[in-house]
Amino acid sequence: MTAGIPLEHGLLIAAGLFVIGLIGVLVRRSLLFQLLSIEIMLNAAGMAFVIAGARWGEADGQVLFIFILVMAAAEVAVGLALLLRLSNRFRDLNGDSMSSMRG
Amino acid sequence: MAVIFYLSSVIALLAAAMAISRRNAFHALLYVVVSLLAVAVIFFSIGAAFAGALEIIVYAGAIIVLFIFVVMMLNLGPKTTGRADGFLTPSMWFGPALLALTLLVELSLILVRDAGVGTAATAIGPKEVALSLFGPYAIGVELASFLLLAALVGAARLGSGTRLTGGDR
Amino acid sequence: MDGFWCSLPLWLIPALPAAGFVVLALIGGQLPRRWSAVIGAGSVGLSAAVSLCAAACYLSHPPDGGVRIERLWTWIHVGNFDIGFSLALDALSLVMIFVVSFVGFLIHLYSTEYMADDEAFSRFFAYMNLFVALMLMLVLADNLFLLYLGWEGVGLCSYLLIGFWYSDPANGAAARKAFIVTRIGDTAMAIALLLLYKHAGTLDIQEAMAWAADNWAVGSGMAVVVALLLLGGAVGKSAQLPLQVWLPDAMAGPTPVSALIHAATMVTAGVYLIARTHVVFMLAPPAMTVVAVIGAATLLLAGCSALVQTDIKRVLAYSTISQIGYMFLGLGVGAWSAAVFHLMTHAFFKALLFLGAGAVIISLHHEQDISKMGGLRKRLPVVFWTFLIGSASLAALPLVTAGFYSKDLILWCSWSTQYGSPWLWAAGAAGAFLTALYSFRLVFIVFFGDEKGQVEHRPGTRILVPLVVLAVLSLIGGFVETPESLGHVTLFSDLTETTLATTESTITGHPTEHLLQAVVAGITLLGVFLAFFLYIKRPAIPAAISTSPLGSRVCRFWLSGWGFDTLYDRLFVRPFAGLAQLLRGDPFDGISSTLGRAAVAGNSALSRTQDGRIRTYAFGIGLGAVIAIAIVVLT
Repeated sequence: MTAGIPLEHGLLIAAGLFVIGLIGVLVRRSLLFQLLSIEIMLNAAGMAFVIAGARWGEADGQVLFIFILVMAAAEVAVGLALLLRLSNRFRDLNGDSMSSMRG
Repeated sequence: MAVIFYLSSVIALLAAAMAISRRNAFHALLYVVVSLLAVAVIFFSIGAAFAGALEIIVYAGAIIVLFIFVVMMLNLGPKTTGRADGFLTPSMWFGPALLALTLLVELSLILVRDAGVGTAATAIGPKEVALSLFGPYAIGVELASFLLLAALVGAARLGSGTRLTGGDR
Repeated sequence: MDGFWCSLPLWLIPALPAAGFVVLALIGGQLPRRWSAVIGAGSVGLSAAVSLCAAACYLSHPPDGGVRIERLWTWIHVGNFDIGFSLALDALSLVMIFVVSFVGFLIHLYSTEYMADDEAFSRFFAYMNLFVALMLMLVLADNLFLLYLGWEGVGLCSYLLIGFWYSDPANGAAARKAFIVTRIGDTAMAIALLLLYKHAGTLDIQEAMAWAADNWAVGSGMAVVVALLLLGGAVGKSAQLPLQVWLPDAMAGPTPVSALIHAATMVTAGVYLIARTHVVFMLAPPAMTVVAVIGAATLLLAGCSALVQTDIKRVLAYSTISQIGYMFLGLGVGAWSAAVFHLMTHAFFKALLFLGAGAVIISLHHEQDISKMGGLRKRLPVVFWTFLIGSASLAALPLVTAGFYSKDLILWCSWSTQYGSPWLWAAGAAGAFLTALYSFRLVFIVFFGDEKGQVEHRPGTRILVPLVVLAVLSLIGGFVETPESLGHVTLFSDLTETTLATTESTITGHPTEHLLQAVVAGITLLGVFLAFFLYIKRPAIPAAISTSPLGSRVCRFWLSGWGFDTLYDRLFVRPFAGLAQLLRGDPFDGISSTLGRAAVAGNSALSRTQDGRIRTYAFGIGLGAVIAIAIVVLT
């Protein structure tokens, strides 16, 4: 069922996804989009684990992938709750204007 | 298999790229869903079927749906997103793109250095994962449950004071 | 009676004016004018009396070695460096204390009337007393360190008195100029003292001179260096080339100050110093030549400048510079006694001239421009006659005036000693012509011709008495030392040559001497007649000369003292001011505060990264990751 797909190809793709997510975090001002981009990054990290696990033929990769999933879920829950609070407070989700912790 | 793998990976990358550059939040979310599905296909193609299933069910099916709920609650249409991200000029992309590309290059260098082994021939199914999960990684399961509990409590508390019309407690 | 003369201690001589200073400085403001006058003039008068007693004691009972020493206390004693506060009276200092205290007393008496209208009456006398005390200390000092104390002290008093009317900033500037220029000389002198101490191990004058005579060969390098440095100090204090620029401006002070400090006493301190350390100078023939050349050049330069001045006091100031040039000329050719003799006669007639000028000035209500004066001999007869006698002595009118004998002696020595040369004599003779010309120019312009200027009030007794006394001295003061051809009185040189070296003449026999005397006398009389011709008979001629193109340029050049002020301004003052302007921002402080400023700059740069924006922080994290991985990748 599996062909001998080289490990580094897979990891490279994970890296590419990670980087795209990073760009998204850095460029977008809206907090929602930043959260979304973080999700992309987390997904990429998980993908790296799974691919590595497949390379060794072990279950560990997928197990860790599960843990990452759990963590992502928890983070999203709390993060979106915070997002709602922020949007109530500031009326818009522009992360750049929420800079009162500067200096 | 390899074809599916490479095809899906291209789709995943493209979809992600599209996702981060949309103005409309819904469009972006949908692109993310596509990206996640493509990643699931990748998982299937390398024999990690359980991971692929989980990817679809939990990630695309729960987490992104949560995003969608929030977007609907906040009525984030093109106008509001437009107001926040009205400055998506090309010059803004330059710095982050540079940084990210540098990172990519470095990672590639690391990866390419030790070239070699491909993925194994076996497919890892749910059974192996479960045995591993509740065996050696049992403590991880417990910790994960702590985490989920904390998230639950936190989200419940944080979310309860929010009124949709805006105004704080 | 002898016992009485000698029973008075030496220290009274400087102590009396010093006590006067202390009293006047502390309570002078509260005392009535009369009392300040009595204390001020009286202290100097008493000092003069004590000096006369000391002179009587010295002459009747010459002490061993020609020096009477009184050690008062130990001033500094550090290791081998032992300086005592001790006074030494020998022939040279005897002459000096006589001049300082006696002429000083007459000037103080004069000032009680001259400064009667001034508000700061007691301050004036306090400063004058301080000056006299320090000057007496200078000449009585037994060691060079104490001499330096007096030296600096009189410089300070000169500053205080030039800038006496300090509310006018020009006076303050003149005072500062005097102080700064003499400071340059003082620094040279201090270096000389340091060198002398380093080599001789002592600053006691007798011991140091003896050591130098024993250990330095004639013409040795160190002797020349020390002598030239001492000359530097003397040049500053005595206003010779190149440091003569301060004296004309010092005329901003009250006239008695000009008379006392800048004619009779302080400016002669340089001559005194060289005479005191003549042993070192005789060990350094190149230095003697330099002294003589400086003297000759200065006397000519100042003589020319005196010829064109229009302020009565400035004429006399340049005249002083010129006459001290004669003294330096005398010192430079080894005519030690002659130079000191000229110092004494010069003190008499120059103080007389200044006091007379002062009388004219206040009679015309503070008018100093001679073009506004004329025909005053009828209105101020006593002043006229005394001034005439003083000018005659200055011009060295033959046979009758004191100035003639002293100047003649110097000129003869400049021709005839081993250090002398015909050129020096010629310079002196030309100077004599100029002296006669400008001094009688002054007399004829101020006292003859049409009456100009309103005589507001006639001078009183306290002004006229000193004038008369000094006039008498200017006539008879020369008779203590006459040349061989004219009576060969050697009272003065007999006295001074116990301390100073004898002046050897290379030429014996009279004919040359007579010839030269006749020539100089002739030149002097020629000068007087020329002055008479130009300023009484044909006043149009000098007017025409001064307005002709060449003449007016020369006049302006001489008027400004041969452009030295401009030269120094361009050479020193402007660069220094420019440098000060450059350094105004305190660059060295800037360098040392660079660290602080760099820290602050760094802080403000770094704090700009804390902009409270999540994107920026995420960027930072990404950047850190990139760098960390780069390190891993590259190594």
